Amino acid sequence: MHIPDGYLSPQTYVPLYLVSFVFWSTALKKMKKNLSIKHIPYLAMASAFSFLIMMFNIPIPGGTTGHAVGSGIIAILLGPWTAVIAVSVSLIIQAIVFGDGGITAIGANCFNMAVVMPFISYWVFNIVRGRSLDAKRLSISAFLSGYIGLTLAALITGVEFGIQPLIATGVDGRALYSPYPMSVALPAMVFEHMLFFGVIEGIVTFLLFKYFAKHEYDMIYALSKREANK
Amino acid sequence: MIPKKKLWIGLFIMLILSPLGIIIPKIFNAQGPWGEWKPEELTRHLGYIPEKLLKLAGIWKPLFPDYSFGDIDSGFASHIISYALSGVIGIILIILIIYIISRLIINNEK
Repeated sequence: MHIPDGYLSPQTYVPLYLVSFVFWSTALKKMKKNLSIKHIPYLAMASAFSFLIMMFNIPIPGGTTGHAVGSGIIAILLGPWTAVIAVSVSLIIQAIVFGDGGITAIGANCFNMAVVMPFISYWVFNIVRGRSLDAKRLSISAFLSGYIGLTLAALITGVEFGIQPLIATGVDGRALYSPYPMSVALPAMVFEHMLFFGVIEGIVTFLLFKYFAKHEYDMIYALSKREANK
Repeated sequence: MIPKKKLWIGLFIMLILSPLGIIIPKIFNAQGPWGEWKPEELTRHLGYIPEKLLKLAGIWKPLFPDYSFGDIDSGFASHIISYALSGVIGIILIILIIYIISRLIINNEK
């Protein structure tokens, strides 16, 4: 899901840089208000975790690969705004140092994986969970949080790919940037995440949630926040 | 309470296992992810290369492209090692940047 340089036109990547910038600065403001020194190691670990989990490329039928992102579980454990920063830092290093994702596409990739995904995941977790503390319900909430979060992030990525032939075509009718039309890009992105990578993301989210719920219940942002608001 | 050390150990285990992320795709002879083809692969699929895509694709020369230190001739064994070392570099940079961000935005002693 790491869009490389060249696939997005400036009409797409510039606005997405701006959107991501708004989320980054808001996230930093929220962290300044809410975060204390003792949270910093967890922030670093979350960022390192997303970096590492994205290294596990998994082959699927059809000959492509993909991976989980980790934004869902980070949003549940540390809150969606902290997840914005944790995952963005990881994505920016991937782009600059390792060429995984384009420099021009940093805004887009951060928007998809570090903004859309953690917020969707967090909302899904809260909606499915309601006020329940039932273990089964929590587990289902965690799985769906990762599953739907990644699949919707893939959908947005598919749309970004798919609009390129519509907005940037040369005089000869050939695409100037990403050449695949919406009818190809959108199903490709959505189905492979719906069928494979979303499931993996869901399982990772569920397993880690289980682990933290068992050992460090009080630390889980999505649970503590809700109780505090009662 | 889970000691922080235990979580770091968990991450360390992920790091050790990370080369599986290139070994398993290799076993299944899988290509890269959808939509992340290099210009030459794209030319093979399409028969042409989108003009501006080609121009933008070369805009940045990363230090370790594809999490690899060597060139194409260095072989798969060396890529496995550099893949894991890339993980180390990534994590060091992450810790550094998170530390700098924290120093800049958090000034309380809560």
